[in-house]
Amino acid sequence: MKVLPLGMLQPGEEGVVKDVGGRGGPHCRLAALGFVPGKKVRVVQNQFCGPLIIALGDGRLALGRGLAHKILVERIDG
Amino acid sequence: MSGAILQAVKNEMGRPAQVVLALAGNPNVGKTCVFNNLTGARQYVGNWPGVTVEKKEGELFHAGEQVRVVDLPGIYGLGAHAVDELIARDFILSGAADVIINVVDATNLERNLYLTVQLMEMGTRVVVALNIMDEAAAKGLKIDVPKLGALLGVPVVPTVATKKQGMAELLTVALRQAREEKKRERVIYYGKEVEEELSRLEALIGEQGVPLEGFSSRWVAVKLLEGDKQVERQLSAYPALLEAARKGAARLEKLTGEDAETLIAEGRYGFIAGLVKETVTRQRPVAEKAVLSDKIDRVVTHRVLGIPIFFGAMWAVFKFTFWLSEPLVGYTESFFAWLGAVAAKVIPHDLLASFVSEGLIGGVGSVLVFVPPIFLLFLALSFLEDSGYMARAAYLMDRLMHALGLHGKSFIPLVVGFGCNVPAIMATRTLENRRDRLLTLLIVPFITCPARLSVYVLFAGAFFGARQGLVVFSLYFLSIVFALLAGLFLKTLLFKGEQAPFVMELPPYRLPTLRGMLIHMWNRGSSFIRKAGTVIFGVVVIVWLLAHLPPGTAAEQSFIGRLGQAIAPIYAPCGFGTWEAAVALLFGILAKESVVGTLGTVYGVEEAGLKTALQHHFTPLSAYAFMVMTLLYIPCVATVAAIKREAGWRWAIFAVAYALAIGWVAAFLIYQGGRLLGLG
Repeated sequence: MKVLPLGMLQPGEEGVVKDVGGRGGPHCRLAALGFVPGKKVRVVQNQFCGPLIIALGDGRLALGRGLAHKILVERIDG
Repeated sequence: MSGAILQAVKNEMGRPAQVVLALAGNPNVGKTCVFNNLTGARQYVGNWPGVTVEKKEGELFHAGEQVRVVDLPGIYGLGAHAVDELIARDFILSGAADVIINVVDATNLERNLYLTVQLMEMGTRVVVALNIMDEAAAKGLKIDVPKLGALLGVPVVPTVATKKQGMAELLTVALRQAREEKKRERVIYYGKEVEEELSRLEALIGEQGVPLEGFSSRWVAVKLLEGDKQVERQLSAYPALLEAARKGAARLEKLTGEDAETLIAEGRYGFIAGLVKETVTRQRPVAEKAVLSDKIDRVVTHRVLGIPIFFGAMWAVFKFTFWLSEPLVGYTESFFAWLGAVAAKVIPHDLLASFVSEGLIGGVGSVLVFVPPIFLLFLALSFLEDSGYMARAAYLMDRLMHALGLHGKSFIPLVVGFGCNVPAIMATRTLENRRDRLLTLLIVPFITCPARLSVYVLFAGAFFGARQGLVVFSLYFLSIVFALLAGLFLKTLLFKGEQAPFVMELPPYRLPTLRGMLIHMWNRGSSFIRKAGTVIFGVVVIVWLLAHLPPGTAAEQSFIGRLGQAIAPIYAPCGFGTWEAAVALLFGILAKESVVGTLGTVYGVEEAGLKTALQHHFTPLSAYAFMVMTLLYIPCVATVAAIKREAGWRWAIFAVAYALAIGWVAAFLIYQGGRLLGLG
């Protein structure tokens, strides 16, 4: 079981959202955008400095690094 | 749709017979395109976050009935945050609309239905416009529309707004819905634990006799459990209820390990997933188009290539704008000069002739001369936005912005500022957080604009010969430095708050339609002309009056000349304590490019002789100080008006005051520092 912050996935890797962390503002927006436990996400771009680009379903999102570190995912291997 | 009709529609807000339709949906789904199709009105299609900010209304007639249509800002759900989202949310919840047309992007159904589901929960009359069906088909998606409608419990109309398909049916269905009784809201099953808490809260709501204002107690219970701040505020008179909701949420978290908000979101998505499974079939695996889009993103946001690509794009924008607008500006100026000359000849009374030709006609001309560059700038920018590129650029710049205490989205207004500060101020509306918005807004005036460039070109040409290009470049560089330093300074001193976390949708790459871009350009441009134009025009007239009174005097002895002489000593330590410079800077307040014209007038020379005149009154050092002063000293009237509109008088005055202070200090330091270093 590889559960880690979303911000630590490599470009191209996929994960299943486990925890979206924190209450209030961003949390609500993230949920509306589709970030809920059980959803599959794929990292399009991650330069390990600055925001990431995430593929969520058919949409693409830019996510700040701080936020990406609060989202825990289970990495899908292979 | 002419402004007059729109105004009439607004005036008749209370008319009972009118049916009101509201367009709601995610950003970038084609809401505004549907709006344009329905009302024939000219409104723009926003692409980067939150451009469709103002509530837009239009009107149409159908079967002899008057219908009012409102285009709402894009929202992802009813838990709104940014200013523009709150506008949409409040409108939806107010019940002002008879029917809500929920525009949904068929290529991103799951995410789009999140809002639909919440509208269903509200129990309001909804019609779903399933838009962008052409791209969905191209992606190999097959959607069983009637089944979708049956499962959602609302009518669903497939549309392709860009090709005007499905509009008539949409309107018919919407108007039919308007006659229906208000629906019983659709109930989503949230799971045993959540349902228990909801029942508990519903009972409490009933006991306490909470006024529901047309909503069901279940809906209020869901909102409370979610922790919806607005609903909590409205029910602040019922602390026991709010406390019970909080306790219930805490219980859920303990029981399930997830907070109530997430559980409810999951419930909705669960419902949506089931829905999609039953109604959508993918005939092709993930479309090649999506993969291509990702590939482009990798290049465009590349660590090394990204920024050069961005600067290339920006250079192309400005090149396009100024290359095309130059001849147009020339024609405009010539036309108004000709018109002014005619008026001067025709009107018998000298002073009146001068007032009409220089004051009125000159005033109007000075506004209209803005039109070509502003419109072209908006056209170019709308291409970048509508194609989806701007969002990537904001992503690219977020890192840099963050280091400077700014938000990634702050960066777009700053870039726009290089074209003109006024639309840049308007663009700060896309920032959710008031702190981020204010901070960005206050540093925009330091971004140098083409009006100031006219001053740089004049002085650099007169004093620095071969190195004028370098000098101008140094001023652009200083502009950026000052803007960033001002940002850091303001951030630490005044805005110690939390920065909004960076979350932004990257819309799919789409080739913008020419029609959409032109409409986009027209709306932004005409709004600017209307707002800034009246201010500029008013000030031009006032300045003309000051310059020509008392009658019979001119230059030094006129009101403005005397004013200039009174002010001039302030500028002495900066190297240009002459009344002419003071007057030029005074005129520059209304529009920075008038500095050049004013200098010509006060030195009594044509443009050709201006350089020589300047060389007699300035030195290279004082010229540079003067240019820096022009860069910094005060936002032009149009910009101040824009700041006042976005942030209020207090901040507008603050912006003026600190710009004056910084401008003076900078010019002072440069001049005196240069003297000390022997640069003379």
